[in-house]
Amino acid sequence: MTGRAPLSQLPVLLSPLLPRSLHPLAWWVWALALAVAAAQTTNPLLLLALVLVACVVVVARRTDQTYARAFGWYLVAGAVVIVIRVLFRVLFGGGDAASPGDPVLMSLPALDLPWAGGWTLLGDLTGSALLAATIDGLRLAAMLVCVGAANSLADPRRLLKSVPPALHEVGAATVVAVTVLPQLAESVVRVRGARRLRGGAGSRRDRLRSVVVPVLEDAVERSLALAASMDSRGYGRRAAVPEGSRLLVGGLLIGGLMGLLVGVYALLDATTPYWLGLPVLLGGVAAAIVGLAVAGQRVRRTRYRPDRWLAPELFTVLCGVALACCFVATANAEPLVANPVLSPPSWPTLSMLPCLGLAAALLPAVATPEVQRAREPVPA
Amino acid sequence: MIVFDDVWFGYDGADRQVLRGVDLEVPEGELALVAGPTGVGKSTLLGAVNGAVPHSTGGRLSGRVLVAGLDTRDHPPRDLAHVVGRVGQDPSATFVTGTVEEELAYGMEQLAVPPATMRTRVEQTLDLLGIADLRHRRLDSLSGGQQQRVAIGAVLTAGPRVLVLDEPTSALDPGAAEEVLAALLRLVHDLGVTCLVAEHRLERVVEYADRVLTVASDGTVRSAEPALAMATSVVAPPVVELGRLAGWSPLPLSVRAARRAAGAVCPVNVANGPVAWRIPPAMGPVAPRRPAADVVVRARGLVVRHGATVAVRHADLELAAGETVAVTGRNGSGKSSLLWALAGASAPAAGTVTVAGDDITSAAPRARRRLAGLVPQTASDLLYLETVADECAQADAESQATAGTCAALVARILGPVDTDRHPRDLSAGQQLGLVLAVQLTAAPTVVLLDEPTRGLDYAAKRRLVVVLRELAADGHAVVVATHDVELVAQLADRAVVLADGELVEDGPTVEVVATSPTLAPQVAKVLGPPWLTVDQVAAAREREEVAGHG
Repeated sequence: MTGRAPLSQLPVLLSPLLPRSLHPLAWWVWALALAVAAAQTTNPLLLLALVLVACVVVVARRTDQTYARAFGWYLVAGAVVIVIRVLFRVLFGGGDAASPGDPVLMSLPALDLPWAGGWTLLGDLTGSALLAATIDGLRLAAMLVCVGAANSLADPRRLLKSVPPALHEVGAATVVAVTVLPQLAESVVRVRGARRLRGGAGSRRDRLRSVVVPVLEDAVERSLALAASMDSRGYGRRAAVPEGSRLLVGGLLIGGLMGLLVGVYALLDATTPYWLGLPVLLGGVAAAIVGLAVAGQRVRRTRYRPDRWLAPELFTVLCGVALACCFVATANAEPLVANPVLSPPSWPTLSMLPCLGLAAALLPAVATPEVQRAREPVPA
Repeated sequence: MIVFDDVWFGYDGADRQVLRGVDLEVPEGELALVAGPTGVGKSTLLGAVNGAVPHSTGGRLSGRVLVAGLDTRDHPPRDLAHVVGRVGQDPSATFVTGTVEEELAYGMEQLAVPPATMRTRVEQTLDLLGIADLRHRRLDSLSGGQQQRVAIGAVLTAGPRVLVLDEPTSALDPGAAEEVLAALLRLVHDLGVTCLVAEHRLERVVEYADRVLTVASDGTVRSAEPALAMATSVVAPPVVELGRLAGWSPLPLSVRAARRAAGAVCPVNVANGPVAWRIPPAMGPVAPRRPAADVVVRARGLVVRHGATVAVRHADLELAAGETVAVTGRNGSGKSSLLWALAGASAPAAGTVTVAGDDITSAAPRARRRLAGLVPQTASDLLYLETVADECAQADAESQATAGTCAALVARILGPVDTDRHPRDLSAGQQLGLVLAVQLTAAPTVVLLDEPTRGLDYAAKRRLVVVLRELAADGHAVVVATHDVELVAQLADRAVVLADGELVEDGPTVEVVATSPTLAPQVAKVLGPPWLTVDQVAAAREREEVAGHG
């Protein structure tokens, strides 16, 4: 049973640009391409522009689900990463000789730790060191924001629903975990409130116990209720599988895994013969894919309104890949643009190539279908 | 459609059988109501219908359970998903996906229903249950009644011929309960779905039932016509009790039937004495006690916010010692927030609460316990030790009370209880009683209870009312937030109605409750104000008899 309905019944989806949610995989590839691009450069202007591109696309195309609202927190987390990176530089970066022409911003007392491998705490802080730490933090933050963008643009649950049928169980478990976590948080808040009602007396161990025990009991009860509900709604039904097919699947999957292990080991270890490397690796991958495909036939499920891969999805992926390619090319062809000289600090420059890439990455903000917003609830 | 053939069920190692020789048959298209006190095995009976008992609960089941001709022995719940749909007590705990539409489709995906059929069925179900406007909503943004309807829809899309519902309206306010019941009745009437419903709030369901399955505490189950079952049932809604008191025959099950029976002179009733008497009695109910004027709790301009939502807006409230006050209103109208703020357990955004002259929000936790004791909605959140005795000892220590104070309170509230039992093994009513005792150990000036009747049967509720009235007589101010209109009628001297965080009404219970179509208890609907409870009618009648003899 495939998930394809007669086309006459789905005229809406035939028009790829009508408001709808893009295939989650498209957004993830786009966002990961952005992250790859961010890893290629230490040019703060490019990094900031990249973050800006991510923000604009998120604002234009995010859904109104809970996780989409978390994007602001990713920005905050990015800022925290920069601050931590700078603090680490101030704390552990001492002892670097200041190059001539590099002003010492702050002279802190150096603390030598010879017993800890020659580390020096604090010490002189130079302008270029501070700049390098900030830019490094900015690069990490940019990558974090890219992941946040993917999270806000594509429902992670929908992404999990797109996994191949054989991995359906793993997908289901993850979906449940995603649902249960907020419930657990809510339960902690509730129990802590209840704890206050009892006066909050007792030792620290008592206090911890008085929160952990009810929360765990709550979680176990919820899990049992959920398991019973899934069971009574048909979860885990299987088609009758002949013994031979089950053995075949097991053999293929185990063989495939072993092939992967041996192949990777052989590739990394120069002393093993060549035939044990790439060919075994490829063979392992092939066996695993066939195993998954055969196992997938055992699962009898259908998909309700599966996400479809249409032109806008391909376009979005291409836009992301274009940006990554532009940044990689810049790093190779124009190293001074990609990685400006920090010592002595110089004003970063821009060139045509990365800007074209950024423009391409921005296109999905307008050239993809709009998100269909949930209608406002009718007031009761 | 559903056949139980000499079914026995018990857990290994337990000396008591939960179900004992159950023989029953529910024909297709009937709405069967499962009634009985808490903890007698109503949920077990329901679970046995789709094989969840014993396939997922464990235990030993003998005899045969047949659903649409399928034996649950050979078919685990997942293989019966297209035959039996089961909706649990807490719908939010049974949701697997994120949005309404996905949740409706989930069961069909598991059953490999073709996509085109799925689309059709989702649309039909959305219309059938009146939830089409919710289709894109997140499940956790729904109200209780909406969640319940979505949970029913989620099992309905698989096309089952039997629906099993465990307490579908217990946690809902009257309005939401009516929505759910209306949806359920449409399924029974229009689709001929066989429904098996367990419900403590019999007054909501019994008039629609075709059959009542009464589960007794020894594990036997009796199947009877509703009127027959209600004539002798230990649990009965107020309208039935009124009918029994008046000796009406046939016994009215709905307010409408009772209203038609009322007003007529009753024939000589042998069981109740030789005097013919009128319903309602000529003597009115005893005027409610006027509470002492000694105000102990003063809330001024109270504002409670949760982020952008204003839960309570500028509430002014005064509570006197010895007064019982019911705070009522829809689910989500700010009842809980008001109670938590009055107990000083959550800091208000503005305004003050003073209890016995002390500002409660700035009081230290231990001092606060002596001012206000709150029993939260999920009472079991407060319990974390292994035995009842440990909990009591801990409560004594927390309240700096003399050892044994809490144990004495437990004995007073619950009667004799085995104090070595684990608190989680107690029934919902006993847990509530234990938590109430824990909170009373500090002898608080004001006692607050949030939605205490959830999961309580009529007997437990009556016991709670007695205990709370005693507390009020001892000089505690008692505040109960509830949407249980019968509890309000039985308990409260004064009722406060909240809507959207604002205090809309505040006055004597009779005045507040009797004029409202949703808040009026059944007796008020039948006899009109000032009658609120069956007890009032019985008391007035006794006085009449005494007067008649004298």
